[in-house]
Amino acid sequence: MSFLELKNITKRYGPLTAVGDVSLSVEKGEFVSLLGPSGCGKTTTLQMIAGFVEPSAGTIRLDGRDITRAKANSRGLGIVFQSYALFPHMTVFDNVSFGLEMQRVARGERKPRVEEALSLVHLSPYAKRYPRELSGGQRQRVALARALVIRPPVLLLDEPLSNLDAKLREAMQFELREIQRKVGTTTVMVTHDQAEAFSISDRVVVMEAGRITQIDQPYRIYEHPETEFISRFVGKTNLLPGKVVTATGAGATVSLAGIAVPVETADLSVGETVTLCIRPEKLHLTAPSSGLLTGRVADRFFLGSQWLYHIDGPVGTLMVVTPNDGSTPAEQGAPVGLEWSPSVVRVHRGAMAEAPDVALEVTG
Amino acid sequence: MTRNGPVALFFHTLVVIFMLAPLAIVCLVAFTPENTLSLPTRGFSLRWFQAVFHHPDFVQSFWNSLWLAVLSATLAVALAVPASLAVTRWEFPGRGFLNALFLSPLIIPHLVLGVAMLRLFAVVGATGSFGWLVAAHMVIVTPYVMRLLIAAISGFDRSVEQAAYSLGASEAIVFRRVTLPMILPGVTGGWLIAFINSFDELTMSIFITSPSTVTLPVRMYMYATESIDPMMAAVSALIIGITMVAVLLLDRVYGLDRILVGQH
Amino acid sequence: MSAALPETAPAAPGDETPERRFPTAPLFLSGPAALLFAALVLTPLFLTALLSFNQFDYATGRTGGFTLEHYLSVVTDEYYLEIFLRTFRISALATAICVVIGVPEAYILSRMTNPWRSIFLLVILAPLLVSVVVRAFGWSMLLGPEGPVNGALIALGIGRMKLLYTEGTVVVALVHVMLPFMVIPVWTSLQKLDPAVEQAALSFGASRATAIVRVVAPQILPGILSGSLIVFGLSASAFAIPGLLGGRRLKMVATVVYDQYLSDLNWPMGAAVAVILLAANLIIMLTYHRMVEGHYRRRLG
Repeated sequence: MSFLELKNITKRYGPLTAVGDVSLSVEKGEFVSLLGPSGCGKTTTLQMIAGFVEPSAGTIRLDGRDITRAKANSRGLGIVFQSYALFPHMTVFDNVSFGLEMQRVARGERKPRVEEALSLVHLSPYAKRYPRELSGGQRQRVALARALVIRPPVLLLDEPLSNLDAKLREAMQFELREIQRKVGTTTVMVTHDQAEAFSISDRVVVMEAGRITQIDQPYRIYEHPETEFISRFVGKTNLLPGKVVTATGAGATVSLAGIAVPVETADLSVGETVTLCIRPEKLHLTAPSSGLLTGRVADRFFLGSQWLYHIDGPVGTLMVVTPNDGSTPAEQGAPVGLEWSPSVVRVHRGAMAEAPDVALEVTG
Repeated sequence: MTRNGPVALFFHTLVVIFMLAPLAIVCLVAFTPENTLSLPTRGFSLRWFQAVFHHPDFVQSFWNSLWLAVLSATLAVALAVPASLAVTRWEFPGRGFLNALFLSPLIIPHLVLGVAMLRLFAVVGATGSFGWLVAAHMVIVTPYVMRLLIAAISGFDRSVEQAAYSLGASEAIVFRRVTLPMILPGVTGGWLIAFINSFDELTMSIFITSPSTVTLPVRMYMYATESIDPMMAAVSALIIGITMVAVLLLDRVYGLDRILVGQH
Repeated sequence: MSAALPETAPAAPGDETPERRFPTAPLFLSGPAALLFAALVLTPLFLTALLSFNQFDYATGRTGGFTLEHYLSVVTDEYYLEIFLRTFRISALATAICVVIGVPEAYILSRMTNPWRSIFLLVILAPLLVSVVVRAFGWSMLLGPEGPVNGALIALGIGRMKLLYTEGTVVVALVHVMLPFMVIPVWTSLQKLDPAVEQAALSFGASRATAIVRVVAPQILPGILSGSLIVFGLSASAFAIPGLLGGRRLKMVATVVYDQYLSDLNWPMGAAVAVILLAANLIIMLTYHRMVEGHYRRRLG
């Protein structure tokens, strides 16, 4: 039996279904992220777990107990809000102590527990300060300490790092994960940032338009996206429309603008329209006319540790990412060959949707 | 102030003189030793201030005004806090009407309110009652309080309350420990602006005060239409002094520009 | 995107609490204030409107019955027509002067740097909080026969002038009382103005005057309009200034109502004038609200 369990959770606002039929099991101690673009229902799902939004249908169980209709102030969950939601008129110490006070923890016991929580987030010297006297990262830690000090069965994080600048966000990702490991609290995080979700979660739940589309370990979601939407939303990808020309039990051949490409997907039928999905870093540049395709370097961008190429070829423009190993990169306008292993090609059935992938990549 | 040219600064100086001149002359004349309204050219004297304190009508009116302002401001805040919460936090039938009703005294001329109150007091037999006068003043100061409170409540990050709630606080505790402290500047600012507005009010009060409840502005108006002597200046100077204290307090707790500029 | 709605939920989660369906809490919360306003705003206004249709018996002072005579006399009687016309003229003049002084002053204030900006904003706005009786009294001293203004006129060889109890004095004092109401909305709209926009105009080679006329003025126009309406409305119903500085003959609408109520004791007549004043005020304010709302809708849409 899982620790936190959502079963067929639905939230409707009038005719609009914000969250539809979401089921999710979270194990004790697990770190699960809800990932999706804005408007996908991930925040509403979190709010239903927290008790701020009442589900229209479905049940939420915590440690076997049905908490679907329980009041938010009786659930005892620790929540870190996107805005941190610190009490501006209380010191850091009082902020962290508030939850213990509400639990009627004796004054003598409160102090060491608050101090312990503050030292966990490296904020011991700041106990007497007010939130407005802290930096964004420090406020974030206070919010975390305040949520953890009550020893909640589940920690809920609502876009916890989105208000931090890029460098700090990365550092906090690792710290957040480290703290979570140390205290072992079951954690559900909402984020629209796939890097954040991938780097710290045990499992990632991808949501789209109020529904869960895939639940898996981060690397599996990246390597085996179940839908075209996920492959677009998660990382960069090349999507190529094609038609199946031969199919056997072990694989098939797909024709891309007249070029035959082998794939390892079984159970395809001849004549079927498919979309091939290949990650840019899985493509390799070779000498002209030696690979599967030949093209020309339309553009190249230096990303520091990598090069990003746009290659014009017979199937349109392909993105290719190569590690910067110090060798001379291909020149703009130079002809190049492209090759890849059939095992890295993912096949989605049907024609590709008309959306440009950049638009889906980072939305706030 | 480097970005304004000399012409602009000259214009600005004239405006400032224009705004301050009538107040300045009142304060100066209040110290005259003469029997007529004149600038104190032959030394300063406090005789007209003493005259004020020995004038039973002015003393009584002062206390009337002070009590009236304290009571109406306090009661207006007591009504406005829950009412502002209701109209900002809930969507309910009649919300727009209530909102407009609560702010309506701002666009109803005080003269009209005065004659309307006079009629009501005559009908219910409340003429001369201090309690009804307080209620009438509550009506004219409540909108000022509501405006500050509505601004304070709508600019409020609700997740702070959710945070308290999620930490196990009951609704009553959330209100007392989180909501109220966070809107406190709006509450105190609202009380002060209500106090000042009630203390200064003339046009409505002149219709509904009776000899025993006459307020200071009404007393001054009556006095000024009959005779003019430096005692008027002394009373005015005292009022300017009291107002300045309130203004400075207001500036400290809320920021005067925020209150005044936030009005429109 | 319609599905984005629930994502904004944390900003206004109160809308989702169960109270939404059974809104009893707001009724309890706003109940006391609503009762007060029903008893002391709606009821008295209603009673006054009724009163304005009552007949008035000069001999006995009794009121009753139904008549339109008071409203008719407002539109036919020379006395009332002159007073309404004078009120309109004085208010319009005061409004125009407030625009001419208040708009440039707000602009100059907005270009100052702190602490001067805060200090002078305080200087311009704080008189608003001093009782209007005190300010009227100040003007009567300034402009009185022995006052400093006449002193200056004599020193300049122009000679003593009768300044009190003239329309000019009433206008000057009204401008003094109303100027903050003009500065406030203009200042507010100037605050919303991105200073870079004016700089951008200058960078394209516009002169300072062109930049102000073509770029700044259109953006603060709603503020000027809003200030003008407030100033006009408050001037038209001003009582203390014409009462103290207009003397016995220079009546305005408010002082006439006062006389009807407290000297002539003709309450129905006073009520009719008051109702007309209220209606005029409400029409101006509501028209303005319509206009502003339409304006914003166009800009946002």
